Amino acid sequence: MKSSTKDRVIDALLITMMILPFLGAMALNILTKPLSEGITVTGAQIYFTIDMPLQPLYITEAQVVSVAVVIALLGLCLFLTRKLSIRPISKRQVIAEMIVETMDKLVAGNMGQRFMGFAPFIAAILGLSALSSLCSLLGLFPPTSDINIVAGWAILVFILITYYKLKGGVLPYLKGFLEPIPVMLPMNILSEFSTPVSMAFRHYGNVMSGSVIAVLIAAALSGLSSLVLGWLPGALGDIPFLRVGLPAVLSLYFDIFSGCMQAFIFAMLTMLNVSIGFPEELYEKRQAKKLAKKANK
Amino acid sequence: MELAIAIVLGCCALSAGICMGVGAIGPAFGEGNAVARSCEAIGRQPESKSAVTSTMIMGCAITETTGIYSLVIAILLIFVAPNLFVNILKNAL
Repeated sequence: MKSSTKDRVIDALLITMMILPFLGAMALNILTKPLSEGITVTGAQIYFTIDMPLQPLYITEAQVVSVAVVIALLGLCLFLTRKLSIRPISKRQVIAEMIVETMDKLVAGNMGQRFMGFAPFIAAILGLSALSSLCSLLGLFPPTSDINIVAGWAILVFILITYYKLKGGVLPYLKGFLEPIPVMLPMNILSEFSTPVSMAFRHYGNVMSGSVIAVLIAAALSGLSSLVLGWLPGALGDIPFLRVGLPAVLSLYFDIFSGCMQAFIFAMLTMLNVSIGFPEELYEKRQAKKLAKKANK
Repeated sequence: MELAIAIVLGCCALSAGICMGVGAIGPAFGEGNAVARSCEAIGRQPESKSAVTSTMIMGCAITETTGIYSLVIAILLIFVAPNLFVNILKNAL
């Protein structure tokens, strides 16, 4: 395949679109982050506030980084799906096909053929969440360690779950709260609302605890190193030698494994909750009734 | 006043420790159980190793949730709660 100059320019633009948001966020981070001494565990940094009727709207680092992630993912998708063709397959098309096929298989295996339309949504959640968590490798504030971002996704998923539960009719949905006995009503309502809360807290807690533990371990190691190696002469004693190595191993678990794992679990729970909550028999009965009504008319 | 602040700080630290320690018991038992059972399953049917392993990791991560809750509470108790409580105390007195 020949690639013309125009194609190359577009490719270069898309690659820039993938990299530039992160560089911008890093620059913003470096420019605005106040220097801190010792251990500090703070939330996302607030860049500026917009006055809103109910409550001021804070534009924080988490939001900026998550928008950067969205732009980068959009760039990646556009880059991978450019110039699709049937016969001479390019390398990037192979990657794109692999991603789509994997997601299709995952959704088909966990939700069934009825929900195949969910594959892009699940892929989006998975990619967004994994890339957000991996942002911490660049020194950025990972958006998933801010509960507001994750709670937004969880609320979205909760709306989806309720929408698919309501497909079997409103009355059966309300009646479901009274099962198995009417006394269980408060418990059922609680368990309904605990789904998004637990999803949000699980993801946010894992990522945030990872970064907090990393900070604590780094601080402890530098303290230990000044205790053990403090007798070294001059500036040599000030360098925390023990901090070399161990934090990197921990970061392998907390940043990479845990982040990807939680992304997968979030997507998995979305799939399972939607497909389990969907009342298949009731929905089919309802559709049959509707068809019968139409036929009678 | 100082005594009250000291009590608040001490209670925060103590409760963070208790919260994490007690909260870790459940997930530890659960995860141990899950891993033990999946080891049994792999021993019985070695060909199902990959499916069992991925399900086990998934289950472990979900079991861990309650532990993560207590970890979040403990972290909040250490880093957020002392300031908050001391401020409330100062405003009240």
